[in-house]
Amino acid sequence: PPAHSCNDWIGPPDKHSNLRPVIFYVPPEESPLERRLREARQEAQACNQRFWARHNRAFCQEKEEFIYSRLKAKGLEMRDETGQKATLNAEEMADFYKDFLSKNFRKHMQYNRDWYKRNFTITFLMGQVALARALRWLRWKKKNVGN
Amino acid sequence: GLFVWHLRNTGIRQVPCQFVHLCRVANDRLVTFQYFNFLKRMYVTQYNKDLSQRAKPKSDSVASPFRELQQLDQEKKVIHKIRPISPVHQPLSETLSRNELREVKSAAETEGSVAPVRAESKEDRQWKEMKLRLDDLPGILARLSKIKLTALVVSTASAGFAMAPVPFDLTCFLLASLGTGLASCAANSINQFFEVPFDSNMNRTKNRPLVRGQISPLLAVCFAASCGVPGIALLTLGVNPLTGALGAFNIFLYTCCYTPMKRMSIANTWVGAVVGAIPPVMGWTAATGTLDAGALLLGGILYSWQFPHFNALSWGLREDYSRGGYCMMSVTHPGLCRRVALRHCLALIGLSTLAPVLDMTTWTFPVISLPINLYISYLAFRFYRDADRSSSRKLFFCSLWHLPMLLLVMFTCKKSLLDKEDKGDLLGGDHGRAMEIRLP
Repeated sequence: PPAHSCNDWIGPPDKHSNLRPVIFYVPPEESPLERRLREARQEAQACNQRFWARHNRAFCQEKEEFIYSRLKAKGLEMRDETGQKATLNAEEMADFYKDFLSKNFRKHMQYNRDWYKRNFTITFLMGQVALARALRWLRWKKKNVGN
Repeated sequence: GLFVWHLRNTGIRQVPCQFVHLCRVANDRLVTFQYFNFLKRMYVTQYNKDLSQRAKPKSDSVASPFRELQQLDQEKKVIHKIRPISPVHQPLSETLSRNELREVKSAAETEGSVAPVRAESKEDRQWKEMKLRLDDLPGILARLSKIKLTALVVSTASAGFAMAPVPFDLTCFLLASLGTGLASCAANSINQFFEVPFDSNMNRTKNRPLVRGQISPLLAVCFAASCGVPGIALLTLGVNPLTGALGAFNIFLYTCCYTPMKRMSIANTWVGAVVGAIPPVMGWTAATGTLDAGALLLGGILYSWQFPHFNALSWGLREDYSRGGYCMMSVTHPGLCRRVALRHCLALIGLSTLAPVLDMTTWTFPVISLPINLYISYLAFRFYRDADRSSSRKLFFCSLWHLPMLLLVMFTCKKSLLDKEDKGDLLGGDHGRAMEIRLP
């Protein structure tokens, strides 16, 4: 993002977590409230990124292992003559999906609680910041009109 | 009628193999959808988007090993190891070709072999300033409120209103529709507000406004409040308190029960079915002011319809759901998933027969609706027995035209008020009068 910009910038989805990173703009006269908001957003972003990157990587890895073990059980190789990777059909993968979901259930519950809390906090802080800014703007307006 | 006309253009289509050519054409994919049934567009676009969902990073130039699992037919021709899937029947050829172009496009991107890049995906790879542009706002809010889904919800509410055995009141009808629409917008916005990181990880939902940072969460919540509060107020004060209460309850059910439950238990599907069933009940109560058997029957029909619709859709999204942590029957209890879909299709037959018993329609309704209900039940049976991709898709697409058609037939067979008053004439003059399309 350009140096002169006064806004946050959001980027393309991350390779591993599929989340879009945000670069936060730090205004020169950032109030403590605004700083709290920015830090909360940064923390949430980092936390989400960590969780999903790890989770997705685990998914890919376990999927590969599952396919490998199944193919082995069937006596097939990972790659066929043309060099294409062998796959299983959706029905065979269904066992893996079910297993993966139940294995990660607790992890997801924890993450959900965490995410909902963070989301509400951030949105509430955003509301406070917006209100504070609006009041500041009104005061500035009144001062200017007075002049 | 509009739905029916579009959906009648049936035909089996296969996408030609020259996908390079197709890829170029696909650049204006989104715009061309305007020409088609928006319902079709919404579902088909969303549904097909999932088919190439991948967990592996997109920028990998090495072909992602397991994307084959989600492929459509044309990709079968490229990758040899996939088990052959029977050609998918798509009612609209252009919709199919556009969608499959997207599929091919996505595959091509993964392989890094095909040069043409869609304008949108190129945009996606750039850094964007998080500033709200006012001219983008209507589009953003439309997507935030899932405007197409809202339109469908409003149309089911209108169906409920139309089926109510009272003289038609235009103002009431418009107020009820507007109120329901606003309530639906509010509910959908809150749903998206809650689900940002999960939506980012699913292909179907990754282009939502909050995921893309086009709008801040605060604004999304404010929008939801500014739709929900006037919507419910309109229903309570402008229509009647019962409808208002139902609307508020539905918003609560959807945002605070269904949305969190999606990640906790498979029971979310049943809650979601209730959410879908309430709008026609709201339409009915808006017209009559009371919650009587007819309202519940209409609600029951929509409740039962949700199951074949959703279960068939979710069958193709199992990978996404598993990775995203969504507890859906199709992943955890696949047998139950198919059984429930079949059960509810059969229930639809029963409910349709109940309509004339409750004096809602004439006996022509169960007779005429029997073929459509039997057809969807047959597809549900095939889905139950085969449990594969093609049967799930067939069932899903059938559900898309089945509901509008059923409601239309129900409306045409609606027992006219005159008939009701003159009970003696029931057997005689019924058929003649029943087939008129009445808008009293």
